[in-house]
Amino acid sequence: MLLYICRRIVYTVPIALAVAVVCFSLVHLAPGDPLSAVLPADASAEVVERISRAYGMDRPLPVQFFSWLGRAVQGDLGVSVATGRSVSAEISRALGSTFVLALAAAFLGFVFGTVFGTLAAFFQGRWNDKLVTGLALFGVSVPHYWLGLLLVIIFSVQLDWLPSLGAGSGSWVNRLRYLILPAVTMSFIPMGIVTRTVRSTVAELLGSEFVTSLRARGLGGGSIAKHVAKNAAPTVLAVMGLQFGYLLGGSILVETVFSWPGTGYLLNGAIFQRDIPLLQGIILTLSMFFVGLNLLVDILQTLFDPRVRRS
Amino acid sequence: MRPYSQFLTAIGRRRFIKFASGIGVGLALSLGGLAACQPAAEVNDTATNGAAEAEAAGGGTIRIGMTASDIPLTGGAPNSGFEGTRFTGMTLYDALVTWDLSDADQTAPLVPQLATSWSVDEDDPRVWTFNLREGVTFHDGSEFNADAVVFNFEKIFDEDAPHYDARQSAQVVARIPAYESIRKVDDYTVEITTVTPTSLLINQLPFMFFSSPAHYEALGEDWSAFEEDPSGTGPFMLEELVPRERAVLVPNPNYWDENRMAMADRIELIPIPEATTRSNALLAGEVDWIEAPPADTLAMLESRGFTVTSNGYPHLWPWQFSFLEGSPWTDQRIRQAANLAINREEIQALLGGNMVPAEGILLPDDPAFGNPSFEVRYDPDAAMELLEEAGYGPDNPVEVKMLISTSGSGQMQPQAMNEVIQQQLAEVGINVEFEVLVWESLFDNWRQGADHPDSRGAHGTNITFATHDPFVAMVRFIYSESAPPASLNWGYYSNPEVDELIEELQMTFDADENLAVYQRLHETLVEDAPFLFVAHDVGPRAMRSEIGGFVQAKSWFQDITPIFLAE
Repeated sequence: MLLYICRRIVYTVPIALAVAVVCFSLVHLAPGDPLSAVLPADASAEVVERISRAYGMDRPLPVQFFSWLGRAVQGDLGVSVATGRSVSAEISRALGSTFVLALAAAFLGFVFGTVFGTLAAFFQGRWNDKLVTGLALFGVSVPHYWLGLLLVIIFSVQLDWLPSLGAGSGSWVNRLRYLILPAVTMSFIPMGIVTRTVRSTVAELLGSEFVTSLRARGLGGGSIAKHVAKNAAPTVLAVMGLQFGYLLGGSILVETVFSWPGTGYLLNGAIFQRDIPLLQGIILTLSMFFVGLNLLVDILQTLFDPRVRRS
Repeated sequence: MRPYSQFLTAIGRRRFIKFASGIGVGLALSLGGLAACQPAAEVNDTATNGAAEAEAAGGGTIRIGMTASDIPLTGGAPNSGFEGTRFTGMTLYDALVTWDLSDADQTAPLVPQLATSWSVDEDDPRVWTFNLREGVTFHDGSEFNADAVVFNFEKIFDEDAPHYDARQSAQVVARIPAYESIRKVDDYTVEITTVTPTSLLINQLPFMFFSSPAHYEALGEDWSAFEEDPSGTGPFMLEELVPRERAVLVPNPNYWDENRMAMADRIELIPIPEATTRSNALLAGEVDWIEAPPADTLAMLESRGFTVTSNGYPHLWPWQFSFLEGSPWTDQRIRQAANLAINREEIQALLGGNMVPAEGILLPDDPAFGNPSFEVRYDPDAAMELLEEAGYGPDNPVEVKMLISTSGSGQMQPQAMNEVIQQQLAEVGINVEFEVLVWESLFDNWRQGADHPDSRGAHGTNITFATHDPFVAMVRFIYSESAPPASLNWGYYSNPEVDELIEELQMTFDADENLAVYQRLHETLVEDAPFLFVAHDVGPRAMRSEIGGFVQAKSWFQDITPIFLAE
């Protein structure tokens, strides 16, 4: 078991490195001068040279990459070109907001997804199944920034019930009010996906031989549900883990629509300002989160399912 | 040089004494005596306006939704373009010279701010002497004087100074290309030397703000700490800064200029980069004022009782032509024909009225507009005549290729506008093919020039620009010395007459004469038409109707000191 975990941790190193290389190259391949964030258009060639020297951008790309990587592994992601603030500090502040939003959205999405999926599986083919499946399909397909705008127009502009801008401040109740709209918006995709996964997994299990034999032995609905849940857990957990990963990555669009000060909003700003250190820092951090989360899900799966451990 | 002349035109208005105390050598002969006998303290007492009435109505917290994705830098050299200058520059800080933004009817003229007057050395016109305003203090209570001025120029320009800051430098250096060095003469006098003799220095100085040296030292000589807790001389002080969320400005009770005392109790600056989110935030009552609402929401916002303000400002939406061999635009008749062929009113209608039709580079009512012999108007018959003269016609149309983008900062609605122009030009016999680039690529190509492979053989480019002084409006695009990579003469325009006028303008320090040269330069450019003159933006903004005191100046910059919220 320990060996398995160690092996999985070692696997993350080349993945992390590959992510770093790809994100560094992508940022430099994108159109736009990395210094355009800080320089007016008519800066003279001399000024451009002077500023690019000050930011170390006059050096060859590989040199820039390795010096960045060298500092990154020590936890120093440099400073933002645009603001001069520490990238690590910017990211950790944004991660807090995104984490709260992700947690709320995951809670809503997973709870409703599980309930809906289970309902649909038990009532397969009936109207409640069709309703839930339709809702899940809607959740998966609707562009969530559009949904966000729609919710803002209904609940903020028309009804004036909920705020739509930022994360709020002050009391927990007040903060919660700011959280509702973005969290609901963000929860639609995981809700849809979890519903579909739970529905198909549970439906499959309900038709399997061991359930028939449990029934034959006279076990009631509750006990059967317990057995089904235990068998469905690994698949559903894997999907939830991935979905939580996506949520933690923050949604550029949803966070921008609500000006939610999370990583997606930060990334949006960094992209538009061509703030390379910030951009690299965010992408690297988020991808590391994703890698770490996958690892965690894998480990959880082995705990739940001995078959994974043995293979 | 416009400012001097506008001091003249403005005489008789409430700022008379301030103008008089600030005029340069041009007016020194006629009014110098008066200026000299006006001590700085009296300047404030003499110049009065409706401040007292507004004070009675003042107050309130005004939350402003900006288009930036972050709070512009607060340390004295704002980023985020002119929006930064507007909200964290001119609020927290002052410059030696700035624009008078109190009048909606004229292109905002320059007025003295922390400098009370200046002069240019007659023997060496590179040397300017500035007399500084006495009795001004920074927010931390320390004194503004020549040492503070020198300190701040070093912060931006002297790489070897211990307090040099590359990030702040990047924001300012390019805006003050004339600067070479500075010297303290006495506690309230400094001497600035320019690289070459140029009257344009004065137009560049509004971008140089002054941060408190004492406060920087008190904070452990750390500019990042200074940004969190800045100290300038401006009408507002920073109370709170939450990066990417909000900046809170409160009035500076000790501000030196009685006419610009902040009226609101509190201004909150909130970055909302997404345009729809901005207008929704206004509708939902989460902000009281938004910059640049989406054009298609203006009518709706007005119908819901919000005030929508707009005014022409020094901005031009042009096509900038290529003068390389093979470009049809090398023929003046074709350039003029194109300018006559487009119906700007149709474009204005397309934008819901939100533009001023361009008749040249400058706004039609700019004092430097002059009286060009070629009138930019809609006259397709005259356009076809010119084309025929040049050897073209409906059967033998001119074929041109233009670089455009589908979006971009300050570009208004580039795709729709370009398509209308394309149709209108086709009607007289100019066929336009578009090469559509990503905005960032188009922008980067600007300083690469028309002969660069990234220009893809195009005959023109479509990037909007500011026109608030001769350098940004003209010199960088049409002076032969501005050809890439030096500056933005993308199309390698070269006209000896224009070059001579530019050089004369730089060397003309007398106010009236300077304006006359500037007018001649503009007239020459309208006649020679190195651009397709299309539109000036009007910078719409929307706010709650309870907000009072706001005057939208004809400028990129606006003064938010007089605004208040009547609860």
